[in-house]
Amino acid sequence: MRAKILIRLKNGIADPQGAAVGQALARQGNEGVTDIRIGKLVDVTLSDSLTPSAAEAVLQKMCADLLANPVMENFEILIEPQGKTA
Amino acid sequence: MIRSAVIVFPGANRDQDMCDALSQFGAAPARITHTETKLPDRLDVLVIPGGFSYGDYLRCGAMAARTPVMQAAREFAKKGGKIFGVCNGFQILCEAGLLPGALTRNQSGRFVCKQVKLRVENNQSAFTRGFSTGAEITIPVAHGEGNYRIDEEGEKRLIAENRVALRYVDNFNGSVGAIAGILNEEKNILGMMPHPENAALPHHAGLDGGKFFENLLAA
Repeated sequence: MRAKILIRLKNGIADPQGAAVGQALARQGNEGVTDIRIGKLVDVTLSDSLTPSAAEAVLQKMCADLLANPVMENFEILIEPQGKTA
Repeated sequence: MIRSAVIVFPGANRDQDMCDALSQFGAAPARITHTETKLPDRLDVLVIPGGFSYGDYLRCGAMAARTPVMQAAREFAKKGGKIFGVCNGFQILCEAGLLPGALTRNQSGRFVCKQVKLRVENNQSAFTRGFSTGAEITIPVAHGEGNYRIDEEGEKRLIAENRVALRYVDNFNGSVGAIAGILNEEKNILGMMPHPENAALPHHAGLDGGKFFENLLAA
Protein backbone atom coordinates (compact mmCIF):
# COMPACT_ATOMS: atom_id res chain seq x y z
CA MET A 1 0.00 0.00 0.00
CA ARG A 2 1.29 3.43 -0.83
CA ALA A 3 0.52 6.83 0.55
CA LYS A 4 1.66 10.40 0.09
CA ILE A 5 1.99 12.91 2.87
CA LEU A 6 1.94 16.56 1.78
CA ILE A 7 3.36 19.01 4.29
CA ARG A 8 2.77 22.73 3.79
CA LEU A 9 3.74 25.85 5.69
CA LYS A 10 0.68 27.40 7.32
CA ASN A 11 -0.71 30.62 5.92
CA GLY A 12 1.09 33.51 7.55
CA ILE A 13 4.39 31.62 7.94
CA ALA A 14 6.91 33.33 5.68
CA ASP A 15 8.37 31.17 2.92
CA PRO A 16 11.50 32.97 1.67
CA GLN A 17 12.40 29.86 -0.35
CA GLY A 18 9.12 30.06 -2.23
CA ALA A 19 9.54 33.80 -2.72
CA ALA A 20 13.08 33.40 -4.12
CA VAL A 21 11.98 30.61 -6.48
CA GLY A 22 9.01 32.75 -7.56
CA GLN A 23 11.33 35.63 -8.39
CA ALA A 24 13.62 33.36 -10.42
CA LEU A 25 10.64 31.96 -12.34
CA ALA A 26 9.43 35.49 -13.08
CA ARG A 27 12.91 36.42 -14.35
CA GLN A 28 12.67 33.48 -16.75
CA GLY A 29 9.60 35.06 -18.27
CA ASN A 30 6.89 32.96 -16.62
CA GLU A 31 3.96 35.33 -16.46
CA GLY A 32 0.77 35.28 -14.49
CA VAL A 33 2.10 33.55 -11.38
CA THR A 34 1.13 35.50 -8.27
CA ASP A 35 2.53 33.28 -5.52
CA ILE A 36 4.83 30.28 -5.03
CA ARG A 37 4.98 28.36 -1.78
CA ILE A 38 7.12 25.27 -1.32
CA GLY A 39 6.21 22.31 0.84
CA LYS A 40 7.33 18.71 1.25
CA LEU A 41 6.17 15.42 -0.18
CA VAL A 42 6.82 12.18 1.74
CA ASP A 43 6.19 8.95 -0.21
CA VAL A 44 5.35 6.13 2.16
CA THR A 45 5.12 2.43 1.35
CA LEU A 46 3.12 0.45 3.90
CA SER A 47 2.64 -3.25 4.42
CA ASP A 48 -0.27 -4.59 2.36
CA SER A 49 -1.45 -6.42 5.47
CA LEU A 50 -2.64 -3.12 7.02
CA THR A 51 -6.32 -2.31 6.77
CA PRO A 52 -7.04 1.16 5.35
CA SER A 53 -8.06 2.44 8.78
CA ALA A 54 -4.90 1.04 10.40
CA ALA A 55 -2.85 2.68 7.63
CA GLU A 56 -4.61 6.00 8.18
CA ALA A 57 -3.93 5.73 11.92
CA VAL A 58 -0.20 5.05 11.52
CA LEU A 59 0.15 7.84 8.94
CA GLN A 60 -1.60 10.31 11.27
CA LYS A 61 0.64 9.24 14.14
CA MET A 62 3.81 9.64 12.06
CA CYS A 63 2.80 13.19 11.15
CA ALA A 64 2.19 14.01 14.81
CA ASP A 65 5.38 12.28 16.01
CA LEU A 66 7.85 13.76 13.55
CA LEU A 67 6.85 14.62 10.00
CA ALA A 68 4.99 17.89 10.58
CA ASN A 69 5.43 20.64 13.15
CA PRO A 70 1.96 21.92 14.13
CA VAL A 71 3.36 25.35 15.05
CA MET A 72 4.12 26.14 11.43
CA GLU A 73 2.91 23.32 9.18
CA ASN A 74 -0.28 21.59 8.02
CA PHE A 75 -0.28 18.10 6.54
CA GLU A 76 -2.52 16.12 4.22
CA ILE A 77 -2.55 12.33 3.87
CA LEU A 78 -3.42 10.74 0.51
CA ILE A 79 -3.72 6.94 0.50
CA GLU A 80 -3.42 5.50 -3.01
CA PRO A 81 -6.21 3.13 -4.05
CA GLN A 82 -5.27 -0.55 -3.61
CA GLY A 83 -4.08 -2.42 -6.66
CA LYS A 84 -2.72 0.64 -8.41
CA THR A 85 0.87 0.23 -9.61
CA ALA A 86 3.35 3.04 -9.33
CA MET B 1 32.16 21.62 41.57
CA ILE B 2 29.47 22.16 38.96
CA ARG B 3 29.36 19.34 36.43
CA SER B 4 28.39 20.10 32.86
CA ALA B 5 27.98 18.05 29.70
CA VAL B 6 27.70 18.99 26.05
CA ILE B 7 25.67 16.85 23.64
CA VAL B 8 27.47 16.35 20.33
CA PHE B 9 25.00 15.42 17.60
CA PRO B 10 26.17 14.43 14.11
CA GLY B 11 26.41 17.77 12.30
CA ALA B 12 27.04 19.91 15.39
CA ASN B 13 29.78 22.47 14.73
CA ARG B 14 29.80 24.80 17.74
CA ASP B 15 30.43 22.05 20.28
CA GLN B 16 34.12 22.87 20.67
CA ASP B 17 33.40 26.59 21.14
CA MET B 18 30.88 25.66 23.82
CA CYS B 19 33.35 23.33 25.56
CA ASP B 20 36.00 26.09 25.47
CA ALA B 21 33.64 28.59 27.12
CA LEU B 22 32.51 26.11 29.78
CA SER B 23 36.14 25.21 30.48
CA GLN B 24 37.08 28.88 30.81
CA PHE B 25 34.42 29.54 33.43
CA GLY B 26 34.47 26.21 35.28
CA ALA B 27 35.71 22.77 34.42
CA ALA B 28 35.90 20.90 31.15
CA PRO B 29 32.46 19.47 30.33
CA ALA B 30 31.80 15.84 29.46
CA ARG B 31 31.08 15.32 25.76
CA ILE B 32 28.21 12.93 25.15
CA THR B 33 26.66 11.64 21.95
CA HIS B 34 23.14 11.25 20.60
CA THR B 35 23.03 7.51 21.33
CA GLU B 36 23.46 7.83 25.10
CA THR B 37 20.44 6.73 27.08
CA LYS B 38 21.82 7.99 30.38
CA LEU B 39 23.44 11.31 31.26
CA PRO B 40 26.60 11.44 33.42
CA ASP B 41 26.06 10.97 37.16
CA ARG B 42 25.53 14.08 39.31
CA LEU B 43 25.19 16.31 36.28
CA ASP B 44 24.16 19.92 36.96
CA VAL B 45 24.07 21.53 33.52
CA LEU B 46 23.34 19.97 30.12
CA VAL B 47 24.26 22.09 27.09
CA ILE B 48 23.01 21.62 23.54
CA PRO B 49 25.33 23.54 21.22
CA GLY B 50 24.84 25.06 17.79
CA GLY B 51 25.40 23.58 14.38
CA PHE B 52 23.39 21.70 11.80
CA SER B 53 22.47 18.44 13.51
CA TYR B 54 21.49 15.78 10.96
CA GLY B 55 22.05 18.32 8.21
CA ASP B 56 18.79 20.06 9.18
CA TYR B 57 16.92 17.11 7.60
CA LEU B 58 13.13 17.55 7.64
CA ARG B 59 13.30 20.67 9.88
CA CYS B 60 16.07 22.22 11.97
CA GLY B 61 16.44 20.15 15.13
CA ALA B 62 13.65 17.69 14.22
CA MET B 63 15.84 14.59 14.05
CA ALA B 64 18.04 15.44 17.04
CA ALA B 65 14.94 16.07 19.17
CA ARG B 66 13.90 12.42 18.73
CA THR B 67 17.20 10.78 19.74
CA PRO B 68 17.72 8.63 22.86
CA VAL B 69 19.84 11.29 24.58
CA MET B 70 16.96 13.77 24.36
CA GLN B 71 14.72 11.34 26.23
CA ALA B 72 17.37 11.32 28.95
CA ALA B 73 17.44 15.14 28.79
CA ARG B 74 13.68 15.24 29.29
CA GLU B 75 13.97 13.20 32.48
CA PHE B 76 16.92 15.33 33.62
CA ALA B 77 14.85 18.50 33.18
CA LYS B 78 11.88 16.99 35.00
CA LYS B 79 14.13 16.50 38.03
CA GLY B 80 15.18 20.15 37.89
CA GLY B 81 18.43 19.80 35.92
CA LYS B 82 19.42 22.90 33.94
CA ILE B 83 19.44 22.73 30.15
CA PHE B 84 20.99 25.45 28.01
CA GLY B 85 20.35 25.31 24.26
CA VAL B 86 22.06 27.69 21.86
CA CYS B 87 21.09 28.21 18.20
CA ASN B 88 20.51 24.67 16.87
CA GLY B 89 20.21 23.73 20.56
CA PHE B 90 17.26 26.15 20.86
CA GLN B 91 15.70 24.66 17.71
CA ILE B 92 16.15 21.14 19.16
CA LEU B 93 14.53 22.12 22.48
CA CYS B 94 11.50 23.53 20.63
CA GLU B 95 11.23 20.45 18.42
CA ALA B 96 11.47 18.24 21.52
CA GLY B 97 8.58 20.15 23.09
CA LEU B 98 10.73 21.23 26.04
CA LEU B 99 10.19 24.85 24.96
CA PRO B 100 7.09 26.18 23.15
CA GLY B 101 6.99 27.51 19.59
CA ALA B 102 9.23 26.84 16.62
CA LEU B 103 12.05 28.46 14.66
CA THR B 104 11.72 28.93 10.95
CA ARG B 105 13.48 30.74 8.11
CA ASN B 106 14.61 34.30 8.70
CA GLN B 107 12.12 36.73 7.21
CA SER B 108 14.79 38.06 4.84
CA GLY B 109 15.57 34.57 3.56
CA ARG B 110 19.23 35.23 4.35
CA PHE B 111 21.65 33.51 6.68
CA VAL B 112 22.77 36.22 9.09
CA CYS B 113 26.15 36.17 10.81
CA LYS B 114 26.87 39.34 12.79
CA GLN B 115 27.06 40.94 16.23
CA VAL B 116 23.59 41.84 17.50
CA LYS B 117 22.29 43.81 20.45
CA LEU B 118 19.97 41.98 22.84
CA ARG B 119 17.85 43.34 25.63
CA VAL B 120 17.71 41.30 28.83
CA GLU B 121 14.01 40.96 29.74
CA ASN B 122 14.27 38.54 32.66
CA ASN B 123 17.22 38.78 35.01
CA GLN B 124 15.72 36.43 37.60
CA SER B 125 16.60 33.12 35.99
CA ALA B 126 19.55 30.89 36.80
CA PHE B 127 20.92 31.82 33.38
CA THR B 128 20.42 35.59 33.30
CA ARG B 129 20.88 36.71 36.92
CA GLY B 130 23.50 39.39 37.31
CA PHE B 131 22.36 41.35 34.27
CA SER B 132 20.16 44.32 35.02
CA THR B 133 16.66 44.23 33.53
CA GLY B 134 16.64 46.09 30.25
CA ALA B 135 20.43 45.82 29.93
CA GLU B 136 21.63 45.81 26.34
CA ILE B 137 24.29 43.24 25.58
CA THR B 138 26.11 42.38 22.36
CA ILE B 139 26.39 38.75 21.27
CA PRO B 140 26.90 37.31 17.77
CA VAL B 141 24.27 35.37 15.81
CA ALA B 142 24.88 32.92 12.97
CA HIS B 143 21.69 31.39 11.65
CA GLY B 144 19.37 31.08 8.67
CA GLU B 145 16.39 29.85 10.67
CA GLY B 146 16.03 31.89 13.82
CA ASN B 147 12.63 33.39 13.13
CA TYR B 148 10.74 32.48 16.32
CA ARG B 149 7.07 31.59 15.78
CA ILE B 150 4.41 31.09 18.41
CA ASP B 151 0.65 31.73 18.35
CA GLU B 152 -0.80 34.81 20.04
CA GLU B 153 -2.02 32.88 23.05
CA GLY B 154 1.39 31.27 23.50
CA GLU B 155 3.15 34.62 23.28
CA LYS B 156 0.80 36.13 25.88
CA ARG B 157 1.53 33.23 28.18
CA LEU B 158 5.31 33.65 27.78
CA ILE B 159 5.00 37.32 28.71
CA ALA B 160 2.60 36.73 31.61
CA GLU B 161 4.92 34.10 33.07
CA ASN B 162 8.04 36.25 32.56
CA ARG B 163 9.57 33.63 30.29
CA VAL B 164 10.93 35.90 27.56
CA ALA B 165 14.59 36.05 28.57
CA LEU B 166 16.03 38.05 25.67
CA ARG B 167 14.77 40.18 22.79
CA TYR B 168 16.59 41.55 19.76
CA VAL B 169 16.92 45.33 19.85
CA ASP B 170 16.72 45.24 16.04
CA ASN B 171 14.41 42.40 14.98
CA PHE B 172 16.50 41.35 11.97
CA ASN B 173 15.01 37.85 11.55
CA GLY B 174 11.31 38.66 11.97
CA SER B 175 10.74 36.79 15.24
CA VAL B 176 7.40 37.18 17.04
CA GLY B 177 7.95 39.95 19.59
CA ALA B 178 11.62 40.13 18.54
CA ILE B 179 12.14 37.15 20.85
CA ALA B 180 15.73 35.88 20.95
CA GLY B 181 15.56 33.54 23.95
CA ILE B 182 12.92 31.93 26.17
CA LEU B 183 12.64 29.96 29.38
CA ASN B 184 10.43 26.96 30.18
CA GLU B 185 7.72 27.20 32.81
CA GLU B 186 9.98 26.01 35.64
CA LYS B 187 12.78 28.30 34.35
CA ASN B 188 15.42 25.56 34.37
CA ILE B 189 15.67 25.50 30.55
CA LEU B 190 16.86 28.42 28.40
CA GLY B 191 16.95 28.37 24.62
CA MET B 192 18.49 31.27 22.69
CA MET B 193 19.56 31.86 19.09
CA PRO B 194 22.64 34.10 19.73
CA HIS B 195 25.96 32.48 20.63
CA PRO B 196 27.23 33.58 24.07
CA GLU B 197 30.07 31.05 23.76
CA ASN B 198 31.46 33.28 21.03
CA ALA B 199 31.44 36.34 23.27
CA ALA B 200 33.16 34.92 26.31
CA LEU B 201 36.90 34.48 25.78
CA PRO B 202 39.66 37.11 25.59
CA HIS B 203 40.17 36.59 21.85
CA HIS B 204 36.47 37.17 21.07
CA ALA B 205 35.14 40.52 19.84
CA GLY B 206 33.18 41.00 23.08
CA LEU B 207 32.73 39.42 26.48
CA ASP B 208 29.02 39.95 27.19
CA GLY B 209 28.28 36.23 26.83
CA GLY B 210 30.54 35.30 29.74
CA LYS B 211 27.84 36.10 32.30
CA PHE B 212 25.72 33.16 31.11
CA PHE B 213 28.57 30.78 31.87
CA GLU B 214 29.45 32.47 35.17
CA ASN B 215 25.82 31.97 36.16
CA LEU B 216 25.60 28.39 34.97
CA LEU B 217 28.82 27.37 36.65
CA ALA B 218 28.41 29.30 39.91
CA ALA B 219 28.32 26.87 42.82
